[in-house]
Amino acid sequence: MNQTKDRSRPPIEAIVVGASAGGVEALLRVFGHLRRGFGVPILVVLHLPDERDSQLASVFGHRLAVPVEEARDKLDIVPGTLYVATPGYHLSVEADRSLSLSLEEPVHHSRPSIDVLFESAADVYGPALLAVVLTGANDDGARGLAKVRALGGITVVQDPEEAQVSTMPEAALALHEPDHILTLQGIGQLLAGLE
Amino acid sequence: MERDTDIELRLLIEAIYLKYSYDFRDYSGASIKRRVHHALSQFECKTISALQERVLHDPGMFMQLLQLLTIPVSEMFRDPSHFLAIREEIVPLLRTYPSIKIWIAGCSTGEEVYSMAILLREEGLLDRTFIYATDINPRSLEKAKQGIFSLENVRTYTQNYQNAGGRRSFADYYTAAYDYAMFDKTLCQNVTFADHSLATDSVFSETQLISCRNVLIYFNKKLQDRAFGLFHESLCHRGFLVLGSKETLDFSAYGHRFEPLVKQERIYRKL
Repeated sequence: MNQTKDRSRPPIEAIVVGASAGGVEALLRVFGHLRRGFGVPILVVLHLPDERDSQLASVFGHRLAVPVEEARDKLDIVPGTLYVATPGYHLSVEADRSLSLSLEEPVHHSRPSIDVLFESAADVYGPALLAVVLTGANDDGARGLAKVRALGGITVVQDPEEAQVSTMPEAALALHEPDHILTLQGIGQLLAGLE
Repeated sequence: MERDTDIELRLLIEAIYLKYSYDFRDYSGASIKRRVHHALSQFECKTISALQERVLHDPGMFMQLLQLLTIPVSEMFRDPSHFLAIREEIVPLLRTYPSIKIWIAGCSTGEEVYSMAILLREEGLLDRTFIYATDINPRSLEKAKQGIFSLENVRTYTQNYQNAGGRRSFADYYTAAYDYAMFDKTLCQNVTFADHSLATDSVFSETQLISCRNVLIYFNKKLQDRAFGLFHESLCHRGFLVLGSKETLDFSAYGHRFEPLVKQERIYRKL
């Protein structure tokens, strides 16, 4: 069952990715598969140990072929750009396909929270969304991934065997059966092949 | 086609506006949706329509819902570098005014108000400053007036205060009792706490400085522009506007009517 190649499916219009402990390396390995000119926007939540400003966007920007930006409030989502959630704020997608930030309570002790991003993106993109849960030490992302699936989107979980910390992929698998369980290489190839 | 819950959400927001004149129609959708869904579980309502029925017929219920719709997360001296920049870049210019009027828009439970008052007292400006502290939530305003904060949070505030260039011991400004810190009432001698909505009300005074932090992220672009319009109208020539650390005038129709003074700290000046 390879839903991503199913002709009856709408094309994927956005990708959301959540990662926690071990996430920087995992994200670099996945996004390293993307070539310049990749046409789908990517929104990333990575938990960081504190709320201070990170250099993640510039680190990614230097190492990846796709343009990378820190997610800013009211920014229109541009296809092909990779947006990194800003530390200390929840990141959501609005109905007009712009980004919004919020200081609502942390979810699973996390702000930004993967669930918050996934659930808001699922509301906007429905079946045209692909969501990925990677390595991590808590259960953020599981509920969001289930909602993406419930609204017809494609769900992907990193193989817990391979994940640096398997708690987050396992929590996601405990809540629902995803379309794909893949290694980082497999996820990278899946994303690169979307066009 | 709209989902049922989206239709219900719009009807609830409309009902609140028609009945209570609180206008959430141009708030950012994702956040308001989360808060309403949170309210459903809090109030044990199966659907948004069920919540709407209760809110429409019970003003007490609406007041409870309002507490969940507004987000009272605030800290004293939140983003210390921001307050340090106010002290170093704005205060020397504020000093040139014989009397100073400041508007703290969306003051929530008062943390920004006390931070600003402490800063101004240390700079010798508080006695000739008048502060308007406004919010849409009457319960938040009441709490702000009381100036009582949890002692546990005060530890964070103390750290922030020091990093923001505080000149004294933070404990000089409050009396601790049990688990609470009661702030010095004289800090608020020249503060007027008032109900004011950036969505529906108009300008009430000329001001030299407006602080509106972490409020505009909950507005859509249209409502943001309405707020910026009010600020522009209220500010005197070359008046100061300070925003939250992730808020910007970049996407606003008013962007060209302000210039950044300290861009990194979101400090702007009216052109």
